[in-house]
Amino acid sequence: MTMNAQLRWRKFVSNFMLTLTGLCALVAVSVLFFILGYLVYHGGTSINWDFFTKLPAPVGENGGGMANAILGSAKLLLLATLFGVPIGFFGAIYLAEFSGSKVAFVVRYAADLLNGVPSIVIGIFAYSVAVHPFKHFSTFAGGFALGVMMIPITLRSTEEFLRGVPRSLREGAMALGASKWKTIATVIVPAAYRGILTAVLLAFARVAGETAPLLFTALGNRFWSNGWNEPTASLPVMIYNYALSPFEDWHRQAWAAGLVLLTLILVINIVARAILSRGVSVPRA
Amino acid sequence: MHASVRPAVSVNITPPVTTAASRETAAPAELRMSISKVNFWYGAKQVLFDINLGIATSKVTALIGPSGCGKSTLLRTLDRMHETVRNARLEGEILLDGENILDQDVTLLRRRVGMVFQRPNPFPKSIFENVAYGLRINGSKVPMAEAVEKSLRHAALWDEVKDQLHKSAYELSGGQQQRLCIARALAVEPEVLLLDEPCSALDPISTAKIEELLVQLKDLCTIVTVTHNMQQAARISDFTAFLLTGQLIEFSPTPQLFTKPSDPRTEAYITGRFG
Repeated sequence: MTMNAQLRWRKFVSNFMLTLTGLCALVAVSVLFFILGYLVYHGGTSINWDFFTKLPAPVGENGGGMANAILGSAKLLLLATLFGVPIGFFGAIYLAEFSGSKVAFVVRYAADLLNGVPSIVIGIFAYSVAVHPFKHFSTFAGGFALGVMMIPITLRSTEEFLRGVPRSLREGAMALGASKWKTIATVIVPAAYRGILTAVLLAFARVAGETAPLLFTALGNRFWSNGWNEPTASLPVMIYNYALSPFEDWHRQAWAAGLVLLTLILVINIVARAILSRGVSVPRA
Repeated sequence: MHASVRPAVSVNITPPVTTAASRETAAPAELRMSISKVNFWYGAKQVLFDINLGIATSKVTALIGPSGCGKSTLLRTLDRMHETVRNARLEGEILLDGENILDQDVTLLRRRVGMVFQRPNPFPKSIFENVAYGLRINGSKVPMAEAVEKSLRHAALWDEVKDQLHKSAYELSGGQQQRLCIARALAVEPEVLLLDEPCSALDPISTAKIEELLVQLKDLCTIVTVTHNMQQAARISDFTAFLLTGQLIEFSPTPQLFTKPSDPRTEAYITGRFG
């Protein structure tokens, strides 16, 4: 009888834990679908041709769009990529191919710490080096802030993919008289390019939605930006400003902007996965 | 101390039990490379002890011995691939055409001394680009298509791949990949080709093809191959060196080493008593 009771208890615990863990997994994935659904419900109606082509309407008027913010985000992300990716990429090559283990440890650790620095702090940093000395907000400063955030992500994942290239390929190239740099440029990087491209895309998606670093660098703008040296609108900052406003129509547009941003990030993630799963370009030795 | 003025006999090894007569026959007429007093360490661990060995021009020299005897290490010193390992240290002299390879520019040396590895290691490129790689990085001006075809023919691979030169090298079978690696090494026309157990990852049919190929390649270049397969050494090589725990035990013409070994340890090894 006690044996039976014990057995029943065990079965109960087992089923209970199965249900609990299953529920947690369900909550984890449903958050994404909940957010998506919410964005579509609130912002779907504001997504129209005007949203992508028109400037924001003057305060008090309905309608208008976010064309300037979309272009602004594109410019900021372009700058961030041009600044952050080369530094992360070449730094990763140094780490994976040239540095001793001590240097590599220090740099890797620093990169991980940089990755963990709150984005608002990155924003203050960018403000103090790229805004304050020039006495004005600018697209450049915003791109710089986002670029700083891309460095550690690009660096760490590129390094991993470079290290994953089998030693036999390096030896094969060097045995043919290739110098170390030739080997890296003609064999190792091409062998790892899919992984590196994925890393860059994920870093890009990561900073695409960042708001805090832009608040006091690119600032925001209700009109077209006059140039790279001027403040510019961006989707995340537009969401921030519109969501805090007292106007119904602005709220709807903020939801719509959120939907556009999230869709962009989802698409980038899916593309990145597709690139990676099209087959690792080098079979494992 | 120039190789060309040194009598070949003196470069040859002098194991204590080798008779004068056998040394005479072992002495190759012409040496492409000569290794003298080579000692080698990984960190504090010495893995080669006082090796003296001559590599005969346009012949196949086989290095045999049990696992861990240092035969691969010895092979890798011949194109200085050991330098890719940290804490590796080499003492001694290795001459190629009479000049010490340790004093030369390493990339130039490796263009003259090619290497094929244990596992096929084609680059993630097309078949054509794999073969062309060595020529391209050297900035060679020769017509690429002709050079690639020539190398693939030498590696007995042309007929199998001529219609798919632009396919990925990874679509080839393991044996074909290894012949592609041989073609890749041959494309830069090396004087010496080093092979590190080139058949150990291959099936018997692919192995037979590569063995046949190596014998034919003698006319093109001098060949040094490491193998743990004694039958293979007996089939393809002209000279065989037997290494044991980092020491060169015996170095003779292959038929002699396998029929009348002069050292009891060689005899024990080739008759399968250990290793």
